[in-house]
Amino acid sequence: MREFAQLYQRLDETTKTNDKVLAMRDYFSQASGSDAAYALYFLLGNKLKPSLPTRIIRRAARLGAEVPEWLFEETYQWVGDLAETAAAMVKGRSHGGQESLPDTLPDTLPDTLPDTLPETLSETIAERLLPLLRSASGTQRSTRKSSLSSDRRLEIDEALASTLVELWSRYDLLERFVFNKLLTGNLRVGVSAKLVTKALSQWCGVPSEELSHRMMGEWEPSETFFKQLVAPEYSGSSPAKPYPFCLAHPLPQGYSEENSVVDFLAEWKWDGIRAQLVRRAGRTYLWSRGEELLEGRFPEIELAAEGLPDGLVLDGEVLGYRDGVPLAFTLLQRRIQRRKPGVKLLGEVPVVFIAFDVLEHEGKDLRQEAYEQRRRLLESLDWGVACVGQALRISEVFSFSDWGSLFQKRDTAREHGSEGLMLKHRQGRYDVGRVTGTWWKSKVTPYTVDAVLVYAQRGHGRRAGMFSDYTFALWEEDRLVPFAKAYSGLSDQEIVRVDRWIKENTQKKFGPVHEVLAHLVMELAFENLQESSRHKSGIAVRFPRIVRWREDKQARDADRLEDIRRMLKGKGESG
Amino acid sequence: MFRDLLECTPRGLYCPAGDFYVDPWAHVDHAILTHAHADHARSGSKRYLSAKSSESLLRVRLGQSIDLQTVAYGESLRIKDARVSLHPAGHILGSSQVRIEVAGRVALITGDYKLQSDLTCDAWEPVRCDLMVSESTFGLPVFRWPETRLVVQEMIGWWEENQRQGRTSLLLAYSVGKAQRVLAEIFRVCGVEVASKVAVHGAMLGPNRAYVSAGVALPELPSAASLGGQHDWSQSLVIGPPSSQSTPWMDRFSDPSIAMASGWMAIRGTRRRRNVERGFVLSDHVDWPDLLTAIGQCRPERVWVTHGFSEVVSRYLTESGIAAEVLQTRFAGEESEPTVVEKSEEAS
Repeated sequence: MREFAQLYQRLDETTKTNDKVLAMRDYFSQASGSDAAYALYFLLGNKLKPSLPTRIIRRAARLGAEVPEWLFEETYQWVGDLAETAAAMVKGRSHGGQESLPDTLPDTLPDTLPDTLPETLSETIAERLLPLLRSASGTQRSTRKSSLSSDRRLEIDEALASTLVELWSRYDLLERFVFNKLLTGNLRVGVSAKLVTKALSQWCGVPSEELSHRMMGEWEPSETFFKQLVAPEYSGSSPAKPYPFCLAHPLPQGYSEENSVVDFLAEWKWDGIRAQLVRRAGRTYLWSRGEELLEGRFPEIELAAEGLPDGLVLDGEVLGYRDGVPLAFTLLQRRIQRRKPGVKLLGEVPVVFIAFDVLEHEGKDLRQEAYEQRRRLLESLDWGVACVGQALRISEVFSFSDWGSLFQKRDTAREHGSEGLMLKHRQGRYDVGRVTGTWWKSKVTPYTVDAVLVYAQRGHGRRAGMFSDYTFALWEEDRLVPFAKAYSGLSDQEIVRVDRWIKENTQKKFGPVHEVLAHLVMELAFENLQESSRHKSGIAVRFPRIVRWREDKQARDADRLEDIRRMLKGKGESG
Repeated sequence: MFRDLLECTPRGLYCPAGDFYVDPWAHVDHAILTHAHADHARSGSKRYLSAKSSESLLRVRLGQSIDLQTVAYGESLRIKDARVSLHPAGHILGSSQVRIEVAGRVALITGDYKLQSDLTCDAWEPVRCDLMVSESTFGLPVFRWPETRLVVQEMIGWWEENQRQGRTSLLLAYSVGKAQRVLAEIFRVCGVEVASKVAVHGAMLGPNRAYVSAGVALPELPSAASLGGQHDWSQSLVIGPPSSQSTPWMDRFSDPSIAMASGWMAIRGTRRRRNVERGFVLSDHVDWPDLLTAIGQCRPERVWVTHGFSEVVSRYLTESGIAAEVLQTRFAGEESEPTVVEKSEEAS
């Protein structure tokens, strides 16, 4: 646990990619297989399941620090990180060395401690974390079933909380903090999967691309898995395994001036769920880009796929689709949330899989072939009875002789329910892990409005403690109607200035939310909008973000709700 | 209730019975200063009173010519109808708590204070009082200082690691107080022999001399700028003020590892915003447990809570049965780091 906590600290302290890779490599080279398996699992952003309800952590922190609830909440608001707040607040060892306040240690510790420490990461997880998580989820279940009295439930919470306080007392501040990060299932230490893979590759000698393929899909963080993973020859494999996804990058400025458009094929960029459809061993596996098996969620696609031949892997997009028109992502979201969709929902939001690439055919890996070849194969595939019900489709491709007509096409994207165009190099291989791949995306210029900042809340993570979560409003007659929340887009310096301004101009507080003077105007951009009965403004916007702070504008110069309603009307059928 | 004893006026904390101010933020006739930091000691008043050990620093900060009377800790003075004495606050060299007694009632203005040990100043003493004015810079329960000894060990380990890698260790610390405390701790552990590898920012030369003339043992250290272009910085420890970060002054060092010593380093968010590689949790203010300990030992009937998390602390005290209220002052503001005006005596 100590070593892993120190790895966390090393990763947290540096912004240099090389230092991060080095830190991880050092860790892997000294860790046992079972520790390394868990470390890898967490660094890649995986969580232990189930995670502990945060109310238990809050209760334990209050218990361990002897503070009232309001003080805990106030402190948490300021710190902005639950794991850290709890770790720092409770009495216990601050640093690797001795307790600085000996009189505050519980009496039970001294004799047992030296034997149990130091413990390894896998011991911490197997002997401390998992038992706690299990007993918490056990009581969750029995609470639901037998409708326990609220007193009894409180008693159980209290017992879990005191177990946690006891666990905390075994660790120093840094270990407590990392332990809590594992508990809340949120390590977030600023390393990408790519970087982790690179470090692992440097240590074990297996190429990064090979490692990412071996790590695709679901795996258990066990010693066996880890040993297989880093072995020169891979022995494990599963018929379900998808390929690492090839990602598109935004078309760079000026790219069109130096490159020929005829080298590319284009197609619509859809706002759905990127997925791979794997047909192997007589079964169908549908994987999301987040490497989650979407089993059972989209029965119409799985049913249609049964007609496909074995040894086939398609890359494509799951999209809500009705009467020949793509549906808004917000509608598709209703399907994502439902593990076993009912008949009514299936009727309201039917989905299709739009295949745009073939990665494996007759069991053969095609990723090194030119895109043009793969595409030709995709179009000549024997779909069998698959097209029945039309849940499987092939994307339409366009070719252009000049960039101008390509951009013209792109700007009609919204009429087709699309976000823009994807451009794929005819000779491109199916690449992973490269920053400038052979796939580009070119989005339609987003919608923008000037809106007034009306509420602010403190942020989390890097912006913990600063007012960085904002709610914006537009005018309707002489009232400001809130319509969007935005977190990103300002520079760190601007956030500091806005933070100070908010503290000085808070009018009212509603818990953590500060209502501020209607004064600051910011330009917001968003990807899409649609009517919504759940929003006060009647409009829901997607991916709102701040483009710039319009210090040149007064609140009264901001846009009106009717301006945005006009955008909604102008955007065609697709909604 | 404490009318003749103490009131908060637009010019600062004022004792009507003695007709003097404590750490005023406007020009007044008589000012008692708790310590030499810029948000407490401002120039422009006619006459000053401070602890004897604060004199050298105050003259560096406010000028040699100020009209300054000094007293030893614990020595009692009569000022009009008030009886006044100064008691160590443990914050920096010469820092005092001001005890004011009028008609048997006692007010204690703690200024800035800490309970942790500090080699460069006298240790804080509890003073029994009826009204206590306390800071709350770190008045949240997440602030619990680690032992100084352990932090210093960590700091030395960081310096050693940088030496192995041939990188300059640049430690950011306030020029007055923190810098000298860190230096004294390091020399105690490593011996004064290492002084040949230590340099400071020019803004610290004056304060360092003031510490030495007040009897604090510190070796003579050169300013980084005086060491010339050919100097080998690969083994050096350099102490600079926080404001020197990302200034051209830093360009002279070889691939510096930048660290900061401050209580704010206890929180990841504030540490990351400072953009330093390492944060050492070392503060000259009370943490949460020490704040409560101090109030417990002084046993005031009422607490006025100033600069910092004053609302939180005052509510917590009230709920614990100690009458408390927030006092708006112009000492360093809430949620920001104490602003110490750095006089740059060194061109880049």
